[in-house]
Amino acid sequence: MAGHATNEIDGAILWGGKVSPFSASYGKLMMWFFLVSDALTFGGLLVAYGFSRYAFDGMWPIGEETFEALPFLGNGFPLAYVALMTFILIVSSVTMVLAVEAGHRMDKKGVVKWMLATIIGGFFFLGSQAWEWSHFIHGTEFGRVALSDGSSAVVKGEFGKIESFTVIEVGHHAHGMVAGDEITNENIDASEVDLMHAFQHAASAGHLHATADGLTITLHDGTKAKVNKEADKNLELLIKEAGSKYPVSLPSDASTRVSGEEAISEYYEALSHGNVIYGANLEQNEYGPKQYGQFFFFITGFHGFHVFSGVIINILIFAGVLKGIYHKRGHYEMVEKTGLYWHFVDLVWVFVFTFFYLI
Amino acid sequence: MERDDVIEYSLDTHHSEEQGKKIRKKIWMVTLLLTIVTALEVALGAMVKQGSDAWFTVKILFILLTLLKAGYIVLTFMHLGDERKVLKWMVLLPYATFIIYLMFIAFTEGSAVALAM
Repeated sequence: MAGHATNEIDGAILWGGKVSPFSASYGKLMMWFFLVSDALTFGGLLVAYGFSRYAFDGMWPIGEETFEALPFLGNGFPLAYVALMTFILIVSSVTMVLAVEAGHRMDKKGVVKWMLATIIGGFFFLGSQAWEWSHFIHGTEFGRVALSDGSSAVVKGEFGKIESFTVIEVGHHAHGMVAGDEITNENIDASEVDLMHAFQHAASAGHLHATADGLTITLHDGTKAKVNKEADKNLELLIKEAGSKYPVSLPSDASTRVSGEEAISEYYEALSHGNVIYGANLEQNEYGPKQYGQFFFFITGFHGFHVFSGVIINILIFAGVLKGIYHKRGHYEMVEKTGLYWHFVDLVWVFVFTFFYLI
Repeated sequence: MERDDVIEYSLDTHHSEEQGKKIRKKIWMVTLLLTIVTALEVALGAMVKQGSDAWFTVKILFILLTLLKAGYIVLTFMHLGDERKVLKWMVLLPYATFIIYLMFIAFTEGSAVALAM
């Protein structure tokens, strides 16, 4: 239908198809127009983030304090994971441009090889982002605490492992337990998942209690138990909102943090009052003001959605390459156009990396 | 099948084996540069703490390095540097004009909101 209608329009009216001021095909030009509009969307999001930051009167979360975990290795690697994600995306951009280059030489084998590498890189990035989201949502072992003087603090250090709970008083709904029994990760009730989950859940619900000889916990089934936990190491409180006793800790001066015995007693007092937040959702998060969490989810989520659709488009074009459609056509411009979109995704990440994580 | 584009329009749709060699060399050089810049940014971020004396300089440096990276991605990977001048400016100029204005107005307003709170 469309092809039929085009044939009836006089070529003289439409430049005759021979002179283009841009020397670019229709498809490529439209891809550029689309990318400019998409870049405005991302620019708008990042500027809105900047607006919220300028308008916020207080400590904004610091990237290298918030994002310092690596899979399997724990904490203490500021921005290493995000740098790895950036590197994965840059490499997949390189393999894409190599696919385009191979296409210019009509080298089908080369296009297949490099596009496949690009698709694999895209999946790697998506997997990394899934891990990062999961880590951001579940949060740290310590969480963020509201201290007795009204201040609010982020906690750094090495969380001492929870070894077991010793039953003090059996709850009404508990089965087969008697006082003095040890609850471990092996025999804990499935509804508690594991000792760590039970501990954090009890802490945020106000079911942890500080006593003279340590912490006691009340589990879902009503069981009261003593918490057997290794000592935390190097526990430090980074005050983010000042209270009547503690001023805000300066990121550039470690001596303004609360540390030592004082930090431990303040931290566990807060836990035993239920004054702790773990992880993040759209309402609150342990890292900073709620806009921070919202922008994290929206900006990285919208970018991740672009990566996802980019991978899908790459797979479709890859199928076309395998079938030989573009080879028969005499040029690989479809690979170049999907390449433009893929590079754009990398380009956006370069800006997100700087403005969300670094600065 | 209908053709979705008209090939005579596009610049650089084909190139020879020797040209390809040169282009690939450039691609790998840009890769190296982008990797080094990213590593440098992370190292600087870990070394210089926010709020310290050097932080302002480092922040400006981060923004300049980001623009450098973005420039290489757009001009080399996306080939915008090899396109006709008119296409290049049609993409870059309206975007830059609008986004610089938006940044100016949003950050000015943001600061005013912080003052008013």
